[in-house]
Amino acid sequence: MTEAMPSYLSPTGQEIIFLLLGAVAVGSALLVVTTRQLVHAALWLVVTFGALAGCYLVLTAEFVAWVQVLIYVGAVIVLLLFGIMLTRAPIGRSTDLDSGNRPAAVVVALATAAILVTVVIDGFRMAYTPLTPGQGGAAELGGSIFSTWVLPFEALSVLLLAALIGAIVLSRTDITGANGTNQRGDGPNGLSRTDTPGGGSPPDQTGGH
Amino acid sequence: MHIVYPAVVSALLFSIGVYGVLARRNTILVLMSVELMLNAVNLNLVAFDVWLGDRLHSGQVLTLFVIVIAAAEVGVGLAIVLALYRNRRTVDLDYLRDLAEPADGPTPGNPTVTDQAQTQRHTTDDQPVERDHGDGRPAGRGGKS
Amino acid sequence: MTTFPLLAVLLPFLAAFAGLLLSRWPRGRARQSNGPAAHVGGTPADEDSARANRRAAWIAVVPTAAAAVLAVWLAWGQGFAFLDGGARSVPVGDTYGAIDTGGVPISLTLQADDLSGLLGVLVTLVALAVQIYSIGYLKDDPRYPSYSAFISLFTSAMLLVVYAGDLLVLYVGWEIMGLCSYLLIGHWWEDRGNSRAAVKAFLVTRLGDVGFLFGIFVLGGAAGSFRIADVLAKVPEMSAGTLVAATMLLLAGVAGKSAQVPLHTWLPDAMAGPTPISALIHAATMVAAGIFLVARLFPAFAAARPTLDVLAVLAALGMLGAALAALAQDDLKRVLAYSTVSQLAYMAGGLAAGSDTATIFHLITHGAFKALLFLCAGVVIHHVGSNLMSQMGGLRRELPITFAATTVGFAALMGLPPFSGFFSKDAVLVAMEGALAGGLTDAAALLLYGCALATVAVTGAYATRAWLRTFFGRTRTVALPEPEPGTAHVIDTREAPPTMLVPVVLLAVPAVLLGFAGGLHLDAPVAVISVVLALLGAAVVYASWRSDPVADPARLLGPLRQPCEQAFYVDHLYAAVIARPIVALAGLVVRTDDTVVDGAVRGSGRSARGLSGLLRLAQNGNVQLYVSGLLAGVLLIVVGAVMFT
Repeated sequence: MTEAMPSYLSPTGQEIIFLLLGAVAVGSALLVVTTRQLVHAALWLVVTFGALAGCYLVLTAEFVAWVQVLIYVGAVIVLLLFGIMLTRAPIGRSTDLDSGNRPAAVVVALATAAILVTVVIDGFRMAYTPLTPGQGGAAELGGSIFSTWVLPFEALSVLLLAALIGAIVLSRTDITGANGTNQRGDGPNGLSRTDTPGGGSPPDQTGGH
Repeated sequence: MHIVYPAVVSALLFSIGVYGVLARRNTILVLMSVELMLNAVNLNLVAFDVWLGDRLHSGQVLTLFVIVIAAAEVGVGLAIVLALYRNRRTVDLDYLRDLAEPADGPTPGNPTVTDQAQTQRHTTDDQPVERDHGDGRPAGRGGKS
Repeated sequence: MTTFPLLAVLLPFLAAFAGLLLSRWPRGRARQSNGPAAHVGGTPADEDSARANRRAAWIAVVPTAAAAVLAVWLAWGQGFAFLDGGARSVPVGDTYGAIDTGGVPISLTLQADDLSGLLGVLVTLVALAVQIYSIGYLKDDPRYPSYSAFISLFTSAMLLVVYAGDLLVLYVGWEIMGLCSYLLIGHWWEDRGNSRAAVKAFLVTRLGDVGFLFGIFVLGGAAGSFRIADVLAKVPEMSAGTLVAATMLLLAGVAGKSAQVPLHTWLPDAMAGPTPISALIHAATMVAAGIFLVARLFPAFAAARPTLDVLAVLAALGMLGAALAALAQDDLKRVLAYSTVSQLAYMAGGLAAGSDTATIFHLITHGAFKALLFLCAGVVIHHVGSNLMSQMGGLRRELPITFAATTVGFAALMGLPPFSGFFSKDAVLVAMEGALAGGLTDAAALLLYGCALATVAVTGAYATRAWLRTFFGRTRTVALPEPEPGTAHVIDTREAPPTMLVPVVLLAVPAVLLGFAGGLHLDAPVAVISVVLALLGAAVVYASWRSDPVADPARLLGPLRQPCEQAFYVDHLYAAVIARPIVALAGLVVRTDDTVVDGAVRGSGRSARGLSGLLRLAQNGNVQLYVSGLLAGVLLIVVGAVMFT
């Protein structure tokens, strides 16, 4: 795999396409974490996911690419948008989407990037593989999943079920907890909890719901 | 295909995700950043699966699993965010400080006190309601209630 | 008969324990059985208390009486041989083993020779009289059981001192006496002043006792034994320096216990205790222990000339100063207290003059007549309800028996013939006159003799003054509705109860007759001089009193009166020189402790808190900050792992 490694200075077409898609993914990811509008962040996330799906395609993983498009772009983004709406987040520009922790975050993120990139380049600069299509098709992957990986697959099914039930329990307001307390926000319990010191909860911004 | 390319892209994506998790105030944005980090891992898995030519396709299968788990995580995470919102009327991480030491510390100069004071000032300065006015939307108090 | 000293010591000792433990013993049962009868007479508590007092009285009196019998028996053979200067007989006693200390062993010896025999009789008889007297004096006192037990303990300790054949055994009794003195002076501790007086007595005597203990060590170390007989046998071989050091140190203890000049201030304050205690401890026995000790170790003192000179000067100052102070006091008990200091100084002077026999003679007669005087004073105070002579007067009709007994006591104190004090004082004066010829340094001997003669006159004056102001003149009794704490209870009878009068009358007998003990010692010129001087002092006071019976004859002192009443400001001097600097020093220590030591502790706490405040800055509840820290740590570890592997 590494014996006949071409030079970095003469990239193939696949590589050029991959690098372009990667640039798009990284750029839009940067926009996701820096934009001042909440909904725009979700939309830039769509672009990132789409570019990543393209990357998967270039890497001959077709099935993963389609699953990425279906689940991430189709389901996760929709869920996130619902979340944005249900929390009555401000639609439009807002000045305070970044928390007070931003300087520390910048430092930590830059350090992470520097270390990871350094280590990766240092470790894999000699790694090369020719791309042969057909390795990541649905048939190949399906055979692998349902023969070798069937047990984790089933376990994952159970996990999905548990997540489903958990999400329902968490989001329903008419299911009381084990101690019988009402989880509703307008109950005395909820109000008293906002009074805990250090919480610094803002006042009711909507005036009811 | 040089493996360095997907590896570097994935490293950058991961770092951006880290930044988002650490720097964003809105909980939903933090969840998005977590998704970015997961995708960076996915890209790595796929790239190395291709490079190693695994017959069992363990990398790609694991990518699928991660995608599934990420979906479940988003579902549960959003449910938590919604429950939080119901109880606290906010999803801003800066206000969720129950982990802090109680403010009624015995000595003056307790850092928690000043922290709380800052938080209070912050709260009174720019209330979330007024953000809506900045956007020009007629989302007054009376209209919502 | 060899076990008699041991028995005499042990009997009051056991009585003390029994009195403390048994007098109230079956407490609950007694109360239950008294339950139905409680309606008839008094409350159960009163009845319990009265019963406990009765029982304690029996527990106290019987062993003391038995000890007195033993002491008399012991002294019978020797009689007054010590006073005659006759041949010394063999001591009676036994050694009950030895305590091995690794160095000089302590031998547990109790023995009675002629000197101890006499003192033992004095101690036990006075203690018996006081025990009987106290039954009436403290009839209704709820703490009478512990009081009588302490007297028993005191008697035991004093007998231990008297009969001890070993210096350290003697020291044990010496210290127990100090403890008992403290406990009994503070008997009415509800009054702050009384407990202060008790603490003062304890501390001052303790100051002397430190010297005393080291004196014992020096003496015992030099002699190689603590046995008194061995020590005295080795005295001729000791160097002069050792002897002077040892006797000077012992003198500190003697001065503390016997209230000699530098350390005498506790005795007048000790009058805060009940009057029988003043009679027992502070007149007849405990203060005599110091004199007794010097007499016991007299060969050692006689070989140390400088010590005797010091003793002579102290005695001279003490006898005259205390007599003058007694002349100016208004409190009857304080008059007697200063009189005691003065008379003890007489004895010390007699010792300094070189005559231990005359001194012991005066010690015994003084023990008798001063105990008598104190008990009479107790009767008077009991009757009047006050200690102050300005509230007494004209009592001779109301208290005829007490009046007669007091007259005997004062006559003996003044040294009028034929009372006991006359003979003993005469013997002491003869010894001092003899010291002029040699023995002491000339100046010291002259000072001693001059002061002694002057004191005779002043003694006559203050005795007459107290006598006149108490028993003659108009009645000035002011009935007090409630007795002050610290004074006896007022009872409305013509004369004291028989338990108080019997000891008074019994003590009056030796006060009269003891002078003839062991034959007649008389030196006519000295006797005439002293009687004339005493009568002169008395006549001056009498003349002053006749001219104005209401006024205090102490006005004769003129401008000296105020210093005399304050005992020449020795207390003030001590307060200014010793007490106040020590209190200031203690305050400094407290402040240092508060600011420096505690400050260091508090400061370390505060600085730890302040430093932890820096760490607490991180704990602001912001989850993102926590995760930032976590990731930064992970990155550091990764960097380390990459670079160092």
